[in-house]
Amino acid sequence: MLNDSFRFTPHITLEFKIGEKDFFIAGESASRVKKTLQQLGMKQEIIKRTAIIIYEAAMNVAIHANHGTLKVYIDPEVISIITEDKGPGIPDIELAMKEGYSTASHEVREMGFGAGMGLPNIKQCSDELDIDTKVGVGTTLKAKICLNNKV
Amino acid sequence: MNLRDVKEILDAEVLCCEDLLDREVTTCFACDLISEMLLHVQSNTLLVTSLTNAHILHAAQVMDALAVVFVAGKRPDVNVIKKSEQSGLPLMTTKKLIFECCGLLYMNGIRGNLEEYD
Repeated sequence: MLNDSFRFTPHITLEFKIGEKDFFIAGESASRVKKTLQQLGMKQEIIKRTAIIIYEAAMNVAIHANHGTLKVYIDPEVISIITEDKGPGIPDIELAMKEGYSTASHEVREMGFGAGMGLPNIKQCSDELDIDTKVGVGTTLKAKICLNNKV
Repeated sequence: MNLRDVKEILDAEVLCCEDLLDREVTTCFACDLISEMLLHVQSNTLLVTSLTNAHILHAAQVMDALAVVFVAGKRPDVNVIKKSEQSGLPLMTTKKLIFECCGLLYMNGIRGNLEEYD
């Protein structure tokens, strides 16, 4: 997917569009970013945390929103994962952050998701997490992973 | 133990990547929640699950799983099997249920990939 010159590029942006109920883009984007990070020679622990955040955040957009985007910025010191969606927003973030709380449909649960672990997982894997949401408008989630213990 | 031994122990049918059964297995993770798999599964672990949709392939890729065993006679559709073949992830199906599978694997020396969750 990437040529060798990419390896030496200090700033990389990857972008994915997520449609309503576009469940597969979540796993696909996580796999693709994982490959990129592997080619850049990132530590396995960083790759895993990044892939989990992407998988869960993109899945949240596919499950709950009308449509949205996932952007991943890879810089020498930080990986930023940002999802922006147009959708219902999150009425109570504190409640949504609780493990086990979920508003996902039966269909989503049958696929092995919607167990109320998405946001808690994202929080656990992030060094910084910021969620900006407006009911009836949409949600922007920004997660950061520090590569040198500083942002 | 390798995946060939796992096949024998679980009386499983191999669905793809028969040529990769020499892979060594020491740990296993069994569950039906993708989020839990993503968070807890460490590399080179055998995954035991009853989920058969295509997400399992993505999750297994993200986790660098060794192989996936579907329990209770479940089998994914042919496209999932094809994709798995292409990505080099062995899939098996067994008629045994999840507890039985875990018990048999444990008796034969396989351990959990995570002792406790704190």
